[in-house]
Amino acid sequence: MIAAAAFYVFSAIMLAAATMVVTARNPVHSVLFLILAFFNAAALFLLAGAEFLAMILVIVYVGAVAVLFLFVVMMLDINFVQFREGFQRYAPIGATVGAVLLIELTMVLTGWRFLPEAPQWRSAPIPANISNTAALAEQLYTHNILLFQLAGLLLLVAMIGAIVLTLRERRMPRRQIIRVQLEREVRDTLEILQVPIFAGTDEIGIRMRKAISEDRGEAAHEGAESPMLAASHAQSETEGH
Amino acid sequence: MHSLLGQYLPILVFMVIAGGIALALVLGSLLAARQKPYAEKLSAYECGFDPFGDARRRFDVRYYLVAILFIIFDLEVAFLFPWTVRLSRLGWYGFWSMMGFLAILTVGFIYEWRKGALEWE
Repeated sequence: MIAAAAFYVFSAIMLAAATMVVTARNPVHSVLFLILAFFNAAALFLLAGAEFLAMILVIVYVGAVAVLFLFVVMMLDINFVQFREGFQRYAPIGATVGAVLLIELTMVLTGWRFLPEAPQWRSAPIPANISNTAALAEQLYTHNILLFQLAGLLLLVAMIGAIVLTLRERRMPRRQIIRVQLEREVRDTLEILQVPIFAGTDEIGIRMRKAISEDRGEAAHEGAESPMLAASHAQSETEGH
Repeated sequence: MHSLLGQYLPILVFMVIAGGIALALVLGSLLAARQKPYAEKLSAYECGFDPFGDARRRFDVRYYLVAILFIIFDLEVAFLFPWTVRLSRLGWYGFWSMMGFLAILTVGFIYEWRKGALEWE
């Protein structure tokens, strides 16, 4: 009795929330109603005996997907007034697509027949002596191994797709590599010269400023070496100078 | 099945009480307090001032990349839960089934690591 009442309450709230998702003017309100619909769907799963699915729905959809939606809607630069501008123009196309979908759904629903055994299965989706999660485990990992591995591949495709679509080529950030810094010694960077009196730079073999600037460019290309070190190298040269 | 739902009865009771209290507070203030709304009540208060610009602006797509990758690994963990519950009964076949699944996702993880998708400047 309580279960039946709860079913009707939760489904009524879910339908109302789903309607509000579509009709709400403020997109942030839409997402909040979507979260409400997710919670009620989780409650319906629970009433149907799918305990694990109910919890996963809350964790994955409410905890991750809906938050991502909210994030997108609140942060993205979309002018929602401008968004609705083409409504008049595209209304016929939208109506056509909607009508086709409606016809398809009617065909599916009228052509649908329940197996005679189906109501029994629905009222006892899990064995009585085993928890829902365990029952799922016994089915998923061995009997349905192909679907399970395909789910893994689907996640892999999603991961690679997200990276390919969003990751731009960019200059690698300069980062501190402490090992390289510690391995440097004084003689790598600093050269002490005994400069004879009245000797020019050519006689003691010091490269000119142009050469120094080339050296600086090389050091910057190495990446791990910071421009700071290249500068100190150049500075040591000029000190000798 | 009824024992399962019976375990959730306290949560239902809790929700009913919470909803009742929330409703009582709103309705109580609506019924008992004097309502006198006017525009000045909604205006910016003391040091508060109207915002200068819109909060919506162009945004680095990498935030979404991190969020999507988080969701993918969230799902991976969701697949791990029933497996850990029933590992003792699944045998080696079930064990290696999960290892294959994890290997597939590890390929993706290595890919994103090498591509620098997790790098932040």
